[in-house]
Amino acid sequence: MLTIEDLSAGYGEGTVVNNLNLIANQGQVTCLIGRNGAGKTTTLRGIMGLIKSSADTLRLDETDLSKMPTYRRAQSGIGYVPQGREIFPNMTVRDNLRIGLEANENSQQVPDYLFTLFPILKQFLDRKGGDLSGGQQQQLAIARALVTDPKVLILDEPTEGIQPSVIQEIGEVITELKSKMAILIVEQYLEFVMQISDYCYLLENGNITLEGLRNEIDLEQVKHTLAL
Amino acid sequence: MGTIIMQLFNGVSVASILMLAAIGLTITFGLMGIINMAHGEFIMIGAYTTYVIQNLFQTYLPHFFSSYVFVALIASFVVAALLGYLMERTIIRFLYDRPEDSLLVTWGISLVLQQLAQNIFGAPDVSVTTPKYLQGSIQVTKTVSFATDRVVILIIALAAISAVAYMLFKTRFGRNITATMQNRKMAASMGINTKRIDSMTFALGTGLAGLAGCTITWIGSIDPSIGQDYIVNAFITVVVGGAGTLLGTLFGSAFMGVGDTSLEFLTNPTIGQALILILVIVVLQFKPKGMFSSKSRKLND
Repeated sequence: MLTIEDLSAGYGEGTVVNNLNLIANQGQVTCLIGRNGAGKTTTLRGIMGLIKSSADTLRLDETDLSKMPTYRRAQSGIGYVPQGREIFPNMTVRDNLRIGLEANENSQQVPDYLFTLFPILKQFLDRKGGDLSGGQQQQLAIARALVTDPKVLILDEPTEGIQPSVIQEIGEVITELKSKMAILIVEQYLEFVMQISDYCYLLENGNITLEGLRNEIDLEQVKHTLAL
Repeated sequence: MGTIIMQLFNGVSVASILMLAAIGLTITFGLMGIINMAHGEFIMIGAYTTYVIQNLFQTYLPHFFSSYVFVALIASFVVAALLGYLMERTIIRFLYDRPEDSLLVTWGISLVLQQLAQNIFGAPDVSVTTPKYLQGSIQVTKTVSFATDRVVILIIALAAISAVAYMLFKTRFGRNITATMQNRKMAASMGINTKRIDSMTFALGTGLAGLAGCTITWIGSIDPSIGQDYIVNAFITVVVGGAGTLLGTLFGSAFMGVGDTSLEFLTNPTIGQALILILVIVVLQFKPKGMFSSKSRKLND
């Protein structure tokens, strides 16, 4: 379980996200919804410690992450799938996956189940990551994060620029994974969110304005905010 | 025929020394994007380390004198790497993303290190005695013979570049270096301690400079400014080959070494030097990123 209390994060002098509270439970897909510029990506970067941020509480199960540098947070159990995938373009698919082992404290082997989830990766193991298509890169980015054996998987707009059939596949994988870990997804593609999420937060101008279980949340308000 | 082969070997030999001096730069300049003007001083440190080891053997282990070379090869690498590690931890790490500042600061460090060497070892040249097995030459035919020390330097240079290539492409450490240099934030997000990788990578680069310093003691005397003789050519080698690629370093040193000696042989030393630099300019006109360009953190954006 990832627990966040009073997270503020931003770039340079200003803050983009203010006093954000959020919980991501194992067994659930938690979604953070918001328009462009609402602070979704900033929130995730704050959780990873990639930008200047402060939080009263940033805890993964019982581990306090708030003072840790990024690499320790990864080792503590956050698997991060960033916006734009950010795979290592000059490294092979195999080496991209192996990099994930750096944050895996239990194993030094890329687990086989990943190739059941994403058969395409097995086929392209020796190809350069940069030569894959956008959808394949997204699958690689998710697989790479899973190699770290995370307690919470956080994904930043996994559907961005991906063709519908692959979005479908990714959605199925996420649903399959949620029994094993907490999953936090940042997304603005509402249809996808409504398909896979269990709990939703609505982010507006760096503040959470609405939250609730997927089937109880005020869909009209969410749509209204996203359409503004 | 004999003269041409000798001349070619001469060029290859110059190239091998250049290559040793440049591999470290390929790593610190090419991969990490730091313009380390003090790189030459790490060559100097390696050279003086060899000198000190030689003296220690002379005083304490005269019977084993001839084996001091092996100890010196390792010690010059280790001493230069440790000092490089220290320099990265205390100074360089504040200079990432600030190339102009790093140029000035490392130039300052270069001057400080030269003065320090002068205070410790004195301004006049010192030299080491090479053991017998490195003196003399290998007679190939009646007219062709290769100096033994030059052959050994060539072997060491090739071994060093192969070892670095193996390390970069086949080991976990190398993979982490590649990941860090390609995308620092993502590497950290995957659990890599990128600051540690920076220090280790920089130390590796300066250590290789130290190794180069050890070998040049066999072919000339040592003085506090010896690094200055190599730094400019080493930079040109890295730039013309393509910063950050080992293949580029191999090409660059061959280009500079063989090209320089051949042109000097065909014309005269002054014209030869000028011609090779003109050739470098021509290459960079058509291949601004060097012959074998790579994607790395800074030089590509």
